[in-house]
Amino acid sequence: MIGEVDPTIINLTVFVLAVFVGYHVVWNVTPALHTPLMSVTNAISGIILVGAMLAAGPAETDWGVWLGAVAVTLAAINVFGGFLVTQRMLEMFRKKDKKGS
Amino acid sequence: MSANSVAFAYLIASVFFILALKGLSSPLTARRGNLFGMVGMAIAVITTLTITKNWALILACIALGGTIGAAVARRVQMTAMPELVAFMHSLVGLAAVFIAIAAVNNPASFGLPAILPMGSKLELFLGTFIGAMTWSGSVIAFLKLSGRMSGAPITFGGQHMVNLILAIVMVGFGLWFFFSETTNWTAFATMTAIAFVLGFLIIVPIGGADMPVVISMLNSYSGWAAAGIGFSLGNPMLIIAGSLVGSSGAILSYIMCKAMNRPFLSVILGGFGSEGGAVAAAGDGTQKTHRSGSADDAAFLMGNADSVIIVPGYGLAVARAQHSVKELAEKLHEKGVNVRFAIHPVAGRMPGHMNVLLAEAEIPYEQVLEMDEINSDFSNTDVVLVLGANDVVNPAANVPGSPIYGMPILDAHKARTVMVVKRSMAAGYAGLDNDLFYMDKTMMVFGDAKKVVEDMVKAL
Repeated sequence: MIGEVDPTIINLTVFVLAVFVGYHVVWNVTPALHTPLMSVTNAISGIILVGAMLAAGPAETDWGVWLGAVAVTLAAINVFGGFLVTQRMLEMFRKKDKKGS
Repeated sequence: MSANSVAFAYLIASVFFILALKGLSSPLTARRGNLFGMVGMAIAVITTLTITKNWALILACIALGGTIGAAVARRVQMTAMPELVAFMHSLVGLAAVFIAIAAVNNPASFGLPAILPMGSKLELFLGTFIGAMTWSGSVIAFLKLSGRMSGAPITFGGQHMVNLILAIVMVGFGLWFFFSETTNWTAFATMTAIAFVLGFLIIVPIGGADMPVVISMLNSYSGWAAAGIGFSLGNPMLIIAGSLVGSSGAILSYIMCKAMNRPFLSVILGGFGSEGGAVAAAGDGTQKTHRSGSADDAAFLMGNADSVIIVPGYGLAVARAQHSVKELAEKLHEKGVNVRFAIHPVAGRMPGHMNVLLAEAEIPYEQVLEMDEINSDFSNTDVVLVLGANDVVNPAANVPGSPIYGMPILDAHKARTVMVVKRSMAAGYAGLDNDLFYMDKTMMVFGDAKKVVEDMVKAL
């Protein structure tokens, strides 16, 4: 390990470890919540918003900035829509049998 | 903010995303998990704002997208969740493509060298092509799920060959893009266009009934697309969040395939729905007899039972009978009957869909059990009420040689009495006759699920 490590290798390290974390965390998700899991992961993949902001962010405005702006809008739909619909669904999974039993 | 502080804030956001998924391990912690996800996203966005300009433009776009997203989230029907999810996958895919194009156009805004190094080009290629396939594939999935396009698989001769050739041509253009010294827009654009077409061609032949797998798979793709962009930008947070989503979708695809007893590859290669119809017509020719009864008879039997298990299928959701079923369960509960629901993993149109539909009808989730939790209880159960389900209770799955042999089923046939509410004796999606319907202890109640259940409630 003498000399500089290519950033791609570091990214690859992060990637492999994150896949393992994802694998173990997701297997623990209760099957009853698989639909909320899907909508919340939808919101999380909206993290691409960060990349979109960078694309829309440079000082000199050219068409790339506008493309970035569209991407920001699309990703924001995902982030807000994903988290809010998940919240709406999870509200339904509250305990409600107090009055019934 | 300095580059180090930004990286550190991104690390914190990544941890919040992991905690968000961890929260979903139980309905009790799930809402907190979702909150963690929102906090993580807020940290990520605010941190990124400190290193970008054009705040007015960015904030306006976030506000616009946020408003649309919030409106959609508030209005969507729970039966339409699969469409919404497919729609949102398509947005991630398209955003990934746009970001990649912007990065090729102006590498400096992402901190990349003006002449893109080979590694970055490879990463941009991956991000673009996964993103483009996610977009067009999700659009088709959305159209099929929302009924705007027929759910029947669309196949043509040499389909796989066409896909293979397109994939090879796409990789060829990718290579041209890598090895061009300056930015080769022709290669990049052609490659992206082919990826769009491929996404379309890959999803078109997959039948409507396989949609739970497709939607999980696209979920996975959208994650990998985000991770791919993370690689291009050298941003570990995008890589982590993308990988979490990617592995989540992959696991869900695996679970769905297993529950349908179908190899993943054959789902992806598609065309299954059409074959199913042919098998149905075959049959063995012998006339089997079944017993049928009225909703009143069924209600009487259930009212006098000690325990009842309700097996809901997608037919229930189509008939919008969830609320009537809830009333039925409450009525039985008042009579001292132990009522529970048994959910097969593919009971809805996406993983966990039936649980959400029952939760929406305010059926307490403690009464709703998964296949593995409840299967051993069927033999001690007085009455099983099958509502709009068929293949998932077909005992043929236990018979070697049957086309569905090995598929995990709910052991409804082990209960003392079985009641099946169905519109007709028609076969299910697998196109198989169901021996359960002809057993001596089975009573068929014909009619629309909602109407029948309402009649049962009245009779009680």
